[in-house]
Amino acid sequence: MSIAIGPGEESLGVDNGKLGMWTFLVMDAMTFAGFLAGYARLRWKAPLDGMGQASELVNTVGSTVWPNPYTTFGVIGIQLTAFNTFILICSSVTMVHVLSDVAAGRIKRAEKWCLATMIGGLFFLGIQGYEWTHLMQVWGFFSENAAALPYNQNFVATFLSLTGFHGAHVAVGVMFNTILYLGLRNGKVGKEQYTFVEIAGLYWHFVDLVWILVFTFVYLL
Amino acid sequence: MTINAPGYLSPLTKEQSESWFRYLMSWFYSGDAKRIGIMYIIFSAFAGFIGMALSIMIRAELATPGLDLMSEEFYMTLPGMHASAMIFFFVIPCYAGFANLILPLQVGAPDMAFPKLNLTAFWILPFAGILAFSGYFLSNAPQFGWTGYPPLSNSVYSPQLGADLWLLAIALVGTSSTMGSVNFLATAFNMRCKGMKIFQLPLFTWSIIVMSFLVLVSTPVLTSAVLMVSLERLFPATFYFFSPQGGGDPILYQHLFWFYSHPAVYIMILPGFGLVNEIIPVFSRKPIFGYKVMVYSMLAISILGFVVWAHHMFTVGIGLNARKIFMFLTMLIAIPTGIKIFSWLATIWGGSLSFKTPFLFSLGFIAMFTIGGLSGVVLAATPVDIQLHDTYYVVGHIHYVLVAGSVMTIFAGVYYYFPKAFGMMLNERLGQIHFWGTTIFINVTFFVQHYLGVKGMPRRYADYDPEFAFLNAVSSYGSFFLAAFQIVFFVNIFYSMKNEKRVGKNPWVDGNTLEWTVDSPPDHHQFHEPPVWTPIERHHGPHSPSAAE
Repeated sequence: MSIAIGPGEESLGVDNGKLGMWTFLVMDAMTFAGFLAGYARLRWKAPLDGMGQASELVNTVGSTVWPNPYTTFGVIGIQLTAFNTFILICSSVTMVHVLSDVAAGRIKRAEKWCLATMIGGLFFLGIQGYEWTHLMQVWGFFSENAAALPYNQNFVATFLSLTGFHGAHVAVGVMFNTILYLGLRNGKVGKEQYTFVEIAGLYWHFVDLVWILVFTFVYLL
Repeated sequence: MTINAPGYLSPLTKEQSESWFRYLMSWFYSGDAKRIGIMYIIFSAFAGFIGMALSIMIRAELATPGLDLMSEEFYMTLPGMHASAMIFFFVIPCYAGFANLILPLQVGAPDMAFPKLNLTAFWILPFAGILAFSGYFLSNAPQFGWTGYPPLSNSVYSPQLGADLWLLAIALVGTSSTMGSVNFLATAFNMRCKGMKIFQLPLFTWSIIVMSFLVLVSTPVLTSAVLMVSLERLFPATFYFFSPQGGGDPILYQHLFWFYSHPAVYIMILPGFGLVNEIIPVFSRKPIFGYKVMVYSMLAISILGFVVWAHHMFTVGIGLNARKIFMFLTMLIAIPTGIKIFSWLATIWGGSLSFKTPFLFSLGFIAMFTIGGLSGVVLAATPVDIQLHDTYYVVGHIHYVLVAGSVMTIFAGVYYYFPKAFGMMLNERLGQIHFWGTTIFINVTFFVQHYLGVKGMPRRYADYDPEFAFLNAVSSYGSFFLAAFQIVFFVNIFYSMKNEKRVGKNPWVDGNTLEWTVDSPPDHHQFHEPPVWTPIERHHGPHSPSAAE
């Protein structure tokens, strides 16, 4: 026995799924807030690069300076990450096109834009993987004498946890978009499933928005 | 053999009615919120039993001074595992169960907004429970208490595998309860029936809305903290968040942890408030006093609950001004809570009272929760807290809030909604025996703990000075009797199930929310045609819905 589950007579005027996605995003934003709060605390407790005095405790662990992911290690430049950010923002734009084309009933076009969004996400993950593997080779945090490194060891924890957690979100987003793409291709997602596309879009834009924060805090500041 | 059961309990197909196995499987795969709610409550009863067994072990060890029954290592696992069983697997899932059972009915919805998500959220819990407690079978359960403060909980000081599994289980429980709250919010906001405006929602539904909001905002922060501890444990030379050896900050963990765990105490009491809000008007035969004020005070509690977390950390060395602010804000919470207490008293005042078991439990809750609330105000004062921190006074306070508060409301809710869920009454006489035994021995067990705390007995210790022997003996014997009286409850359930006393739609006569307009137990669809809610004029007069007839 199946029953129709949808908005009741009194509702907020949106689809259940959209409300669910919004509430989920509140929760997800708070998870990132936890990681970002940890990052902020660990970074600004220790003196910044070139700011002089370090506290006694910090001195004893021999890691005072907060390294900069692109200048300290000198393998990859800010240009690459900036380009990556640009790619992700572009994939947000293509997602908007998917939505508007589905709304207009141009499913073939929507399919292409959706493919572009997927490729954008995969490209982002690829560059991030490149960045991780190259940083890991040079930054020495995984070696035995990590404690003797001249920079703050909290950096690696916060860098990997923030970018890794965000990368996992991008990966999920790519899967979400793949489902959407297959749905568009097989004709299962059409103009009537507009809300489904909108929900996928909400998630994807959220992931982009979080990246802007992560990029600003981890790379730019 | 055929399985005969009314309402949503009935088998859906012929095959299911012929085989118990298939019938059970139809429950396990069910998307019906009522069935999921019952599964939640049964699961939480198991977890509550485990938690109670652990607490009896604690009290048995503490009954006399000296180490009599167990090693210190084993004792150290008990407080944390007792707390995790009770908090994460008993109280929170139990309220989720009530919400599943009642919330869709109260808003006039056919089911929850996302039935599959709902079932997933439930099924995460048993596995998380197995993970959390598997430490005992691997002979190395975590010994760092339910708070898991690093550096004690990092891989250097707690190398146990059980600790890793426990942390994973906590992350899973958090996931489960956020999934639940996404569902509750979508259902309560989006699936209301005709006429059910926001300020017509029954107060239990309101309490679940507020609780879901708290879960949604606070639980992920705990998840992030737990993930950080896990990373630190699993990759000890690479990840330094909290351990001072790597320049990490242990206080950071406490901030993140209490940012969840303070709202968590409201997560564990607000649905209880909601249940009491439903019960008191029905047995006082008067409308609730100050409906809107009740809603606003719940919202105020939830918002204030987010800005008081550091009152758990008065002794860790945070600044004086911060402590003053947190002290002030903590004391402020007493105001909305007091509003609720007085509104309940005003509802009872002048009512035509009917002292049935659910009402007795609600009254016991009001009386004893007030004690817990007042000792909370005492603890909120920074100078006093520095003296009482980590003593049995804190243990007494939290048990007055959680046992005399949450658990009493859970029993009230079970006695109140059992006829709706199963279509039969629980025995009244056994219920009253259960109530009086529980109430008396809660006080015997926990009241003396305030004195122990003021005298300076620290919590979480396996042994103590013989000076504390008498009060500890009182508390221990009280807890044994408290546990024994819970047997009455289970006897009552089996006895009442055997002597089926079938009830109609509205067994408590004065229930006027939508769940009392459907059959007991409700059908699979619950409403045969879309219900329409006749808006209630909220007022404080002496008129009761039954008197108006």
